[in-house]
Amino acid sequence: MITSAILILLLPLVAFIIQIFVGKRLPRKGDWVSTGAMFAALALSVGIFIDAVAQYEPNNVLATATWDWINFGPVHVTFGFLIDNLTAFMLVVVTLVSSLVHLYSIGYMHGDPRYNRYFAYLSLFSFSMLGLVLVDNLFGIYIFWELVGLSSYLLIGFWFEKDSAANASKKAFITNRVGDVGMFAGIMILFSITGTFSFNEVFAAVADGHVGGTLLTVAGILLFFGAIGKSAQFPLHVWLPDAMEGPTPVSALIHAATMVAAGVYMVGRTFVLYTPDALLFIAYIGTITAFIAATIAIVQMDIKRVLAYSTISQLGYMMVGLGTGGYTAGLFHLTTHAFFKALLFLGSGSVIHAVHTQEMDEMGGLRKKMPITFWTFLIATLSISGVFPLSGFWSKDAILASALGFGMTHPAHMPIFVVLLLSAGVTAFYMFRIVFLTFTGEPRDKKKYDHAHESPLTMTIPLVVLAVLSVGTIWWGWVEHMLVKPELASYGSHVASAVEHAAEEHGVAHSAHTIAMFSSVVVATLGILLSAVVYFWRKISADAWAEKLKPIHTFLWNKYYFDELYAATIIRVTLFKSRLFAAFDLKIIDGIVNGTGRLTAAFSRLQGSIDLRGVDGAVNFVARFVGYLGSQLRGLQTGNIQAYIMMALFAVVLLFVFQQF
Amino acid sequence: MNNVLTWITFLPVIGVLLILFVPKNSKNLIRVIAAVFTGLQLVLAVWLYMNFDTGTAEFQFKEQYSWIPSFNIEYFMGIDGLSIPMVLLTAFLSFICIFASWGIDKSLKGYFAMFLLLDTGMMGVFCALDFFLFYIFWEVMLLPMYFLIGIWGSPSRKDPDGMVRGGPYAAIKFFLYTLFGSIFMLIAMLVMYFNVSDPVTGGHTFNMLHLMDQANHGGVLADFNIRLWIYAALFIGFAIKVPVFPFHTWLPDAHVEAPTAISVILAGVLLKMGTYGMLRISFPMLPDAMKWEYFAYGMAILGLINILYGAFCAMAQKDLKKLVAYSSISHMGIVLLGMSGLTSLGMNGAVMQMFNHGTGTAMLFLLVGVIYDRAHHRQIDGFGGLAVRMPIYAAMVSLAFFAGLGLPGLSSFMSEVFSFLGAFGSELFDLRLITIISTLGIVITAAYFLWTFQRMFLGELNPKYADLPEINGRELFTLIPLGIIIIFLGVYPAPLLDLIKTSLNELVEVVKAANGPTLLGLH
Amino acid sequence: MSVGLNHYLFLAAVLFVLGLYAVITKKNAVTVLMGIELILNAANINFVAFSRYTDTDMDGQVFAIFVIVTAAAAAAVALAIVLNLYERLKSINLDEADSLSG
Repeated sequence: MITSAILILLLPLVAFIIQIFVGKRLPRKGDWVSTGAMFAALALSVGIFIDAVAQYEPNNVLATATWDWINFGPVHVTFGFLIDNLTAFMLVVVTLVSSLVHLYSIGYMHGDPRYNRYFAYLSLFSFSMLGLVLVDNLFGIYIFWELVGLSSYLLIGFWFEKDSAANASKKAFITNRVGDVGMFAGIMILFSITGTFSFNEVFAAVADGHVGGTLLTVAGILLFFGAIGKSAQFPLHVWLPDAMEGPTPVSALIHAATMVAAGVYMVGRTFVLYTPDALLFIAYIGTITAFIAATIAIVQMDIKRVLAYSTISQLGYMMVGLGTGGYTAGLFHLTTHAFFKALLFLGSGSVIHAVHTQEMDEMGGLRKKMPITFWTFLIATLSISGVFPLSGFWSKDAILASALGFGMTHPAHMPIFVVLLLSAGVTAFYMFRIVFLTFTGEPRDKKKYDHAHESPLTMTIPLVVLAVLSVGTIWWGWVEHMLVKPELASYGSHVASAVEHAAEEHGVAHSAHTIAMFSSVVVATLGILLSAVVYFWRKISADAWAEKLKPIHTFLWNKYYFDELYAATIIRVTLFKSRLFAAFDLKIIDGIVNGTGRLTAAFSRLQGSIDLRGVDGAVNFVARFVGYLGSQLRGLQTGNIQAYIMMALFAVVLLFVFQQF
Repeated sequence: MNNVLTWITFLPVIGVLLILFVPKNSKNLIRVIAAVFTGLQLVLAVWLYMNFDTGTAEFQFKEQYSWIPSFNIEYFMGIDGLSIPMVLLTAFLSFICIFASWGIDKSLKGYFAMFLLLDTGMMGVFCALDFFLFYIFWEVMLLPMYFLIGIWGSPSRKDPDGMVRGGPYAAIKFFLYTLFGSIFMLIAMLVMYFNVSDPVTGGHTFNMLHLMDQANHGGVLADFNIRLWIYAALFIGFAIKVPVFPFHTWLPDAHVEAPTAISVILAGVLLKMGTYGMLRISFPMLPDAMKWEYFAYGMAILGLINILYGAFCAMAQKDLKKLVAYSSISHMGIVLLGMSGLTSLGMNGAVMQMFNHGTGTAMLFLLVGVIYDRAHHRQIDGFGGLAVRMPIYAAMVSLAFFAGLGLPGLSSFMSEVFSFLGAFGSELFDLRLITIISTLGIVITAAYFLWTFQRMFLGELNPKYADLPEINGRELFTLIPLGIIIIFLGVYPAPLLDLIKTSLNELVEVVKAANGPTLLGLH
Repeated sequence: MSVGLNHYLFLAAVLFVLGLYAVITKKNAVTVLMGIELILNAANINFVAFSRYTDTDMDGQVFAIFVIVTAAAAAAVALAIVLNLYERLKSINLDEADSLSG
């Protein structure tokens, strides 16, 4: 099994290397290398998954392996794989969606000048995500986490000639980095206390009470920052809608299987680390995200943007699921969402491919032209809206039940459920809005409509496969059995007091389930009906209401002004600070240095003048004085030797005379 | 192979002598001589690497001769795990820089002679085990550098703010700054000399091994306060070289005005001498100075300032080379932070960072040189969309940029992460808050590198550069080895780590032991 | 009355004064040289006289011979100088040889 894990990881990597270096010279620019590698990885993943299903044990660990990687002497950093049920699920989801996206891209990206590079990046993306799923330690997850960021940067900015794409890719990377720093800080806290990165050892250390209380809460929240970035949670969700600048299959990949799933997966993987306070934080972040994104999605006109906000909203659901203790629900929603969201994106890509626009204003009535796309899209929409018995129904219902159960045990936190329920209705509304605006009614842009056609087979096959997977009623039973909320106590040698809020919830869970199920069906139906009234039967004019609720509409249209807010605050402050520091450096610090230089020069000039006037002056004075004396005495030097002799004689006589006295 | 360290140090001097006998018009011969001698040096460095015993913290390949017996000054060379990566780096970058200097036209003979002399100085610093000898090499390095920046750097010009800047200005700034630091080092060296006695003869000694042995310390060195002062003096001497805020302003000037190859050497090797000095001299000779814990905090805070301040300053730069220069300040801050925690992780991470920054920043400066040779300017905003025109160049730049911003899989990621982890996990000092704030530098770094990349390479192609030639073979020859090292050490850092860890773990033990048990009662 | 030391000394003094007078007053360089010779010979007489009357050995006489020899040499040099002087000034009048005048 470890061999297949290694292969799963290496296949896309090798494909990436081949594509980057020789892809251009391969036949068909090597799309088959990447695609083939991905399908091979899919086959291996399915093998692992079948093993897991065959054993049918809750939270079963199928295989582990570790290698010594970085050895500092006192500290070892290992690299290893941990394959349990969760990994098996994720592997299948990632490889399945990824290979379908590969297949789909062959049609979608046909004729792009950087075709081979596109496939290289796709492979890199899959590699990063698979690595993230497979590794058994925090350090490894952080590495692949960043690599996912890199791949998304490359793919979102794939059409980098467009400024908007270049901006979006940069924004995605930097926003993610902000979250990553938090995550890194969380890892640092855990590592500094436990001295290891390995999940199991960290969990064991926590279970043994080596770390707890506020510090653990802080560590958990910091770890979750990473997920806020990657899974586009409030307040770092702003990068995701912009990421629509990438090619549509990439959006599908990002939104379904790879990037955004990473955050949820990470929280699921490290679930036992979160204290009740940390989980509460997660739940509220998720709630806010779910609501904000859902409301924004109502008014957007760009089909991909609506889908992007729906992704953010659904990610919020997953976080609420995890945060309220619905471990299974959250992760199950991740799985189901991966399929129907991939389907929605690929479906929208199919539409965009046909009409060459993303504005829903210019679509309409495409049902007849693109039947496969329409029907698969509809299935996905029903699923995301939570209509029985599609997969979305089961997962969303589980989350709602979890939130309700949480609210029933802690009445103060009932708003979580209420908001979530409301958002579920909104979700149904705006999803059907897409369907009605795109596929039904009269074509609003005749020329584009005439031009439209059903997409080629490489694009429709993935749609059909995903549509089948979106149905999947039977899934829920398996998942519930195989992915059970892990207990911290099971990791440690003695029971600690870190996380214990599951027990009392168990009782209310059943009654919560029934209430949640009914209410969710009701709101979904209401949402769909309202949507139909407005956009299908057109009994209520959306434009008129938009006009009536102008301020709200503008507010939503501008996405709560988050971008503007960040531009005005964080970005501006950062740029200001950078300019300030640079000016400070040039003017003050360097100014001091240059000033010191100038001062020294001035001082030396002063010194020089003192030297010239004072010291040298004294020397010159002595010389001049002697010179003056000389000039006065020169008269004695007649040059006449006889005069000299006279003087000498005179002096001798004088000597004699003086001697007498 | 006897006296291999002498050979590796003085090979370039032989090259200098040969070059002096070559008529100045045989330009290619001069270049080839320089390449051959640095090449031989590289071969010797690789030989050292192959024969280096990673299992011991002792000094290896020792050579010890009496030099000036009346003052007990010795010619004493030797390397351990701390010096070997620096020796490798020096030899490697010198060799590469010969090729990066291929296009130099102005008094080529003088240039290569100076370059090789500089090479000897650098190598000597990393091999010397006698403090006096170390000091001599330290100063020997200065002079050729002065001329290389002053003569072959950019010409003098008057800036809008009225300052006269340019090569000569930068050269004298660099020279005076370093000399200023050297004075502190000299004082510290002399105080140590007069208060340390050779255990055998009883006389004063410059022998580093004797200086490191606390048992030999006497006189005023027994006074803890004096030791602090000496530590501080040494720190200033080395901090200027690192450079540590606020002694850093020589760096942007020197890097920007110097010719490409010299920038590479400056950033790749010379900056490391500061931290090398701290690890070779300050820490082992005065290990107990950290007992005055403000030194550790001071170092960590200076590291933090370097990281954030350098990053912010880099973001505001319009000149690509200046941006890279400030990024060096930021990255050297990580080294400082890693060292300050006195942990195995941090110390090893810091030395890895020294090496990785050497390769990474060398690549960045070489790449700046490539575009400067073509477009004759370095204004970031003056480009645009170059990725379409120069895809290979763009790929190389993105590799270097991503290495700079610490992307996993590239070497500086490992060293940065472990420097941070080491500082965070310090058992002696609570550096946790400082470290967490420092990690914000990662975001800023990502921001300015990506922003720069976008402005230069993405978007519509600037029509002015529609026929810019792609990077050529000679340039690729200098870049690809660096790229390979960066990727290799990013995926598998063990070869580098194995080389250094024995010595550094030993050093950590020594320093820790001297500072007593946990100071703050952490954990 | 026999001739005694004092007589010799008196003679020498007279010769010395004559020589000095010639040296100081005469304008002709050759005459000055002759005056110098007189002075030297006055000294010689003193040497010999003292040697004869107050000393037992011959030191004074030997010294006189040395003086005669050096005087001859000095005269040669001096005459050469006078010749050079004449070459330059076309005169041997010492009043004109005042180029060292300050």
